[in-house]
Amino acid sequence: MMENKLYVSSSPHIRSNNSTRRIMLDVIIALAPTSVAACVIFGFRAAVLIAVCVATCVLLEFLARKVMKRESTVGDLSAVVTGLLLALNLPVDINPLIAMFGCLIAIVVVKQMFGGIGMNFVNPALAARIVLLVSFPSAMMHWVTVKGAPAKAVIDATTSATPLAAEKGTYSYVDLLIGRCGGSIGEVCAIALIIGGIYLVIRRVISPIIPCVYLATAGVMSLIFGLNPVFQVLAGGMLLGAIFMATDYTTSPVTNWGKVIYAAGCGLLTMLLRTYSNMPEGVSFSILLMNILVPLIERMTAPRTLGFVKKAKGEKK
Amino acid sequence: MDQLSFPKKPYPTRGGVHAPHNKHTAHKETLVMPVPKMVALPMNQHIGAPCVPLVKVGDTVDVGQCIARSDAFVSAPIHASVSGTVKKIDKITMPDGNRLDAIFIESDGEQRVSPDVKPPEVESLSELLTAVRESGLVGLGGAGFPTAVKLNIPADKTVDTMIVNVAECEPYITSDHREALENGWDIISGIITVKEFLGIHRVIVGIENNKPDAIKALRDIVDNSLDPEDEIRVLPLKATYPQGAEKILIKACTGREVPMGGLPSDAGCLVMNVGSIAFIARYLKTGMPLVSRRLTVDGSAIKEPANVIVPIGTPIKDVIEFVGGYKEEPKKILMGGPMMGIALPCDELYVLKQNNAILAFGEKEAKLAEPSACIRCGKCVTSCPMRLLPLELCNASERRDEEALNRLNAMNCMECGCCSFTCPAKRHLVQTIRLGKAFLNQKKREQIAQSKGGKK
Repeated sequence: MMENKLYVSSSPHIRSNNSTRRIMLDVIIALAPTSVAACVIFGFRAAVLIAVCVATCVLLEFLARKVMKRESTVGDLSAVVTGLLLALNLPVDINPLIAMFGCLIAIVVVKQMFGGIGMNFVNPALAARIVLLVSFPSAMMHWVTVKGAPAKAVIDATTSATPLAAEKGTYSYVDLLIGRCGGSIGEVCAIALIIGGIYLVIRRVISPIIPCVYLATAGVMSLIFGLNPVFQVLAGGMLLGAIFMATDYTTSPVTNWGKVIYAAGCGLLTMLLRTYSNMPEGVSFSILLMNILVPLIERMTAPRTLGFVKKAKGEKK
Repeated sequence: MDQLSFPKKPYPTRGGVHAPHNKHTAHKETLVMPVPKMVALPMNQHIGAPCVPLVKVGDTVDVGQCIARSDAFVSAPIHASVSGTVKKIDKITMPDGNRLDAIFIESDGEQRVSPDVKPPEVESLSELLTAVRESGLVGLGGAGFPTAVKLNIPADKTVDTMIVNVAECEPYITSDHREALENGWDIISGIITVKEFLGIHRVIVGIENNKPDAIKALRDIVDNSLDPEDEIRVLPLKATYPQGAEKILIKACTGREVPMGGLPSDAGCLVMNVGSIAFIARYLKTGMPLVSRRLTVDGSAIKEPANVIVPIGTPIKDVIEFVGGYKEEPKKILMGGPMMGIALPCDELYVLKQNNAILAFGEKEAKLAEPSACIRCGKCVTSCPMRLLPLELCNASERRDEEALNRLNAMNCMECGCCSFTCPAKRHLVQTIRLGKAFLNQKKREQIAQSKGGKK
């Protein structure tokens, strides 16, 4: 026998060089234009908010794993993504303590208590945002507009409405594209979000199905409701939701038709909530609702395997 | 039956992965290995019943002499690959871990050809089947299914298309590629023989488009008026793994799907490895049974990768030494390709009939990353050529959930390994699904045993 010991394993013996960490890094890169835009539009406080959320999420992820006596998963960068997404979903002048409470909900309650990465049944950042929205409604809906914006709110820190709640004609498409409007720090600049989305599709991190179907459904529903579809898509959190929140791997279907149904459901619910509920926005709630339906959608849309033949009636197993 | 036509381009297939090709040996002439000192011929180098030795210790044998056979229908006789003396008949460990008798022949270096070796007379299909059976031929692509059984198409099935498999989608391996370049005329003559006897009027030579030289070589020969009825065409295929898997190849070449649990003949197809078909032509010409084969020796630990023609039964160690030995300490040795090959416990094993490659890797390639949690990215689903849900199958296998495994069509998994290859969390998907399949097979056996017991 050879002295030299050989590895014996079941095939395949080679792996692609893709990794969870690389995917998360790509999401962070895709969120970079939006984060930079947030800092430019809302100033230094946006940068602080992002830093607080990211740091808290990473720290909580580390501590939660430690307490649960499981190996650390900080290295996969998923906590950074959660922190970043949560920060981008908050208004700029929110109390950092409230933001940190949101991180606790996202990482500890929604993610780690259900088993950590890949096991949460709803999107952690979204769930945290909704908990904050319900717990601190005034702080969460305190929108600040940029200086010089056409929204009359020229002084920083003055309350204004998001484009969805504002009077018709307050904002132009250009305002919406470059972020001259009120809203969460990450949802205002449409251009930055679209660039990030294109990057994710090119890097094959996400399939374009979910964002495209989501936005298309919302557009069609706007037409049915007599709303301006371009405005509805660009304003509010729809782009952030469609590109970065609805495409979360863990909480979206893995099958292609499942993705179509899921995204169409998101678009439909968003427009229903925007039109009929007394809240101006419905992106978070609709994605969260569809998250919960994912296991059912997946079961319904299992692909037909190659060579599958339907058994004739009466034929025995 | 509808008019058979040749596709201009392959039919679409789903999934697959872009594994790095690493075909380092594609442009190197095949080397011929000198006769080794000793060969070992295990009694089972095919799918089917093992053979029983016809010789005993001390006998003198000649090259091509039949030394073991079985009367079972699914089996293939074994022939001496060297001339010399039978030294011992002893158990050896096969790559899959089974222990099984092997005939050890000490070579006298003379390579005397056995008087039994003479071209067979073949004038009918049944004579062709007998001849192919006597040749000991098994599918040379890796599976090792006895070719005579494959060619014996049941009366209730109609086969109208023969597909010659030169796809060679496994990374590193180039033995079929070299076969196409070096033995093109054997390939065509083998195709013509088989298609005439089986009455097949459409032959598609499926070859991945990363072998332009082989495509050209084969086309040149086909166009050279050897095929007056224009019944043979070369079809370049997408170079994605697993293009050469039987069911995927049939889909790409004919657009047909092999029904779940069925055989290629259920889709009217016969798929032949290029090496096997060329061997049939050579056997009919010379009568020399399957005693040697071409295999690729490559991998990061091999000094000078090459294709080598070796006598069957040659120790793997000798083959590696012949191409210059190891460049670094080998940490993993494979029989077959990196996607579906078997990792060997040591290099003291022997070349088998169906063995198309020996790959040796150093520490860096041999060590696999630790698996982490599934993030449900769905890459396994997109990559699965059989359109299964590997992540769900993996979960069901871990739970030993019979109902879920059946619902998810576990048995339709062909274990190509695309899911594990592509998984960013490095999960052992196909490895776990294999266990799930084994579990289903065991359940099935238990059920059969129970129903039999009930009847008594």
